[in-house]
Amino acid sequence: MGELILEMKNITKTFGSVIANQDVCLKVYAKEIHALLGENGAGKSTLMNVLTGIYRPDSGQIFCHGKEVSVNSPKDAVDLGIGMVHQHFRLIPTLTVAENISLYTEKKGFLLNPAKMQKRIAECSRSFNLEVDPAAVVWQLSVGEQQRVEIVKLLYHGAEILILDEPSAVLTPQEAQDMFNVLRKMADSGKAVIVISHKMNEVLNNADRITVLKDGRMEDTMVRKDATLDRLTRAVVGKQDYKEHFRTQKNISPDVVFSMEHVCAKNDRNLDELKDISFDIRRGEIFGIAGVAGNGQRELSEVIAGLRPVTSGKIMADGADLTCASARERREKGIALIPEDRLETGLVPDLNFSENIILTRYSSSRYSRKGFLRFDRMRRDAEDYTKEYEIRHGGFDLPVGLMSGGNQQKLLLAREVSGNPKLIVAAYPVRGLDIGAADMIRQILLQQSEKGTSVLFISEELDEIFHMCDRIGVLCDGELMGIRNTSETDVFEIGQMMAGERKNSEKEASSYA
Amino acid sequence: MSSTLLISILSMAVLYAVSVLYGAVGEIFAEKAGVMNLGLEGIMLMGAVSGYLVAVNQKNLGLAMLTVVLVGAVLGLIFAFLTITLQADQTVAGMAMLTFSTGMSGFIGKSVSGVNANLAFEAISIPGLCRIPILGPVLFQQNILVYLMYFIIPLSVFYINHTRPGMILRALGENPAALDSAGYNVFALRYAYVVFGSVMTAVGGAFVSLAYTNFWSDGMTSGKGWIAFALVVFSSWNPLTAVFGGLLFGAISAIGVDIQTLFPAIPSQIFATLPYIATIIALVFTTGNFRNRRSAAPAALTIPYDREKR
Ligand SMILES: Nc1ncnc2c1ncn2[C@@H]1O[C@H](COP(=O)(O)OP(=O)(O)OP(=O)(O)O)[C@@H](O)[C@H]1O
Ligand SMILES: [Mg+2]
Repeated sequence: MGELILEMKNITKTFGSVIANQDVCLKVYAKEIHALLGENGAGKSTLMNVLTGIYRPDSGQIFCHGKEVSVNSPKDAVDLGIGMVHQHFRLIPTLTVAENISLYTEKKGFLLNPAKMQKRIAECSRSFNLEVDPAAVVWQLSVGEQQRVEIVKLLYHGAEILILDEPSAVLTPQEAQDMFNVLRKMADSGKAVIVISHKMNEVLNNADRITVLKDGRMEDTMVRKDATLDRLTRAVVGKQDYKEHFRTQKNISPDVVFSMEHVCAKNDRNLDELKDISFDIRRGEIFGIAGVAGNGQRELSEVIAGLRPVTSGKIMADGADLTCASARERREKGIALIPEDRLETGLVPDLNFSENIILTRYSSSRYSRKGFLRFDRMRRDAEDYTKEYEIRHGGFDLPVGLMSGGNQQKLLLAREVSGNPKLIVAAYPVRGLDIGAADMIRQILLQQSEKGTSVLFISEELDEIFHMCDRIGVLCDGELMGIRNTSETDVFEIGQMMAGERKNSEKEASSYA
Repeated sequence: MSSTLLISILSMAVLYAVSVLYGAVGEIFAEKAGVMNLGLEGIMLMGAVSGYLVAVNQKNLGLAMLTVVLVGAVLGLIFAFLTITLQADQTVAGMAMLTFSTGMSGFIGKSVSGVNANLAFEAISIPGLCRIPILGPVLFQQNILVYLMYFIIPLSVFYINHTRPGMILRALGENPAALDSAGYNVFALRYAYVVFGSVMTAVGGAFVSLAYTNFWSDGMTSGKGWIAFALVVFSSWNPLTAVFGGLLFGAISAIGVDIQTLFPAIPSQIFATLPYIATIIALVFTTGNFRNRRSAAPAALTIPYDREKR
């Protein structure tokens, strides 16, 4: 551990009546990776945004190298050498990698010389051992590559304090480990690194010191050798008896609820994405889709929900042909969708809690009478959901965009589940959620399946898939590499299939036996 | 077609194009910065009337243009204050701008409506160049504001694509949050481009009253502000493409005038609608999803930037 670089003292930040940070103190030393943990809405991003000048704190002080500094705008933070990779990347998609980095780091010179600029940046990224193609346009890059650009940006600028807000949420496990190796090198070279994460193992394996926030206050801070999974979990969740929920009870009947036969579909760039997908799901079954994100998962969930047309093949639900049915007809047939981008396809961030609840059923007689909305019922249901699913929010009239990620997801799930669906398509339902919220979401899905609802569970976390699912299909490059009964396969085999090995062995479990 | 007729059609097309290009280029800059101004027509009218007023009363074109620039800047500042500082809805603010400036221009222009200023930007022949057959009289026997446009177009293309401030401008309309975290002043930059766009538009209006039709009457820009607005989309936010669009509309309206004499039986209003019909067709074809291309619109267009919002 090196010298004390940064100290935040008694930081308080409120948004209206919401106290996001209260008297938070944080010390960060050179040469350390400091992990910041806490539930959704605990105030982690807020604290870091205060540090980078995006939010102005109500009170509190910041010291850099022992001297008090005022960070009134992002510019002040940049000048102090504080750099942040935000939860939503701050890159310009239409510019090249080199232009993006140059915008941040090189503010002089009137004329642009792309060739020289790219050369400078290629050299710099090589010196950090972070390969990026400086001539590539950012929107064409994968999320992992975009993140690398963000990191190079900060390093090239010479940031002393690097902050990464949930950097591993969108990475594959391998990419995440690579990233931590890079961060370790940065720390060794004298920088301070702050990482926000919800993944306990990752934190235990990579952090030097750990701070836990809870309800906007500092709950606990410790060095790694004092940290155990138990202590961290308890600090984050705040319960003594925290236990993860697994698939224990099953209620699977032999009749097929949903099936796809030889389905093909195109992606947004009009290229073939889904190729000859066939599978069926039984009543009460949880069918997992494993695979590295970006291999057709999004298209698959959209095709099922009716948001994307198929180019060939057949989709059946409950014996009815739904291939050409609209999204609404499919909802009426009992297909519910939890999309991977909850704030774009799932909820309307600017609408309030009650309005989001009726989004999929606004015209049903429950919520409308002669064309007028029944606000009393909307309100009553909103209250019921809040209680039943322990949703925390600032009020029924506030836009849901202000709620924390975990609570948005609970709201979305509450809405989808309440229609008594026959099939729930859940795409990465716990992405970005804290362990408590993630477990709650999984528990709701498990309960639903015990009641006889089928679930299509898309995830890239193999542990989770093995804990939850009855059968696992592996998606690679838009093709189904095979389907296995969870009890008859292992992580190793699924991993091989995820990497593109087709295994049409006699073990094939095309339907649940 | 006789060459005199061709020359007359083409020079009319050039004049028409320049009259809409000032507004179009200005609006391209403002929209690339993320702010859409629907009130171009109103600002053009204010530019036209203020220039004409000074020309009539002071008999001084330099003073007239200075006034026009000031009027454009003030209108731009008002619009920037509404949309950037107060974060008003840009469509609503644009409509307010439109109705306010249109009404205002009619009000302050009452005294000069129909009055002859006896003063206008006269055509200046460029020695040598104006003798090129056909193109010479079309391009090089024009007034100074037309020549100015010959410089504005390449300069603005160069600025946007090859300079650092231009790169910052491209970023501004795509992801202002990214620029903000990099330490740029998003608000100041947006103010600057909105004011610039408004000044250009006002100059475009003065071009109409002092260098093109040379009179003032209520609503005399007759939709050129809207054509300028449409050109921005038509050109995919590229000043060079806007030139071709402008010439195309110019040619259509000029031909309309000439064809009219050949078909006296058809009401002239039918021909006068040609540029608008062309606009609609062009808009449908450029903005519709026909070619399946990524839309060129700046991603943050019409979205006010608020640092603490999420
Ligand atoms: N710009 C804002 N306006 C209003 N409320 C906000 C704003 N930003 C955060 N909040 C509120 O402040 C609290 C803390 O939010 P914050 O984003 O810091 O949580 P977090 O710990 O980063 O959670 P997550 O793990 O979901 O990212 C939440 O209750 C949130 O609703
Ligand atoms: Mg956060």
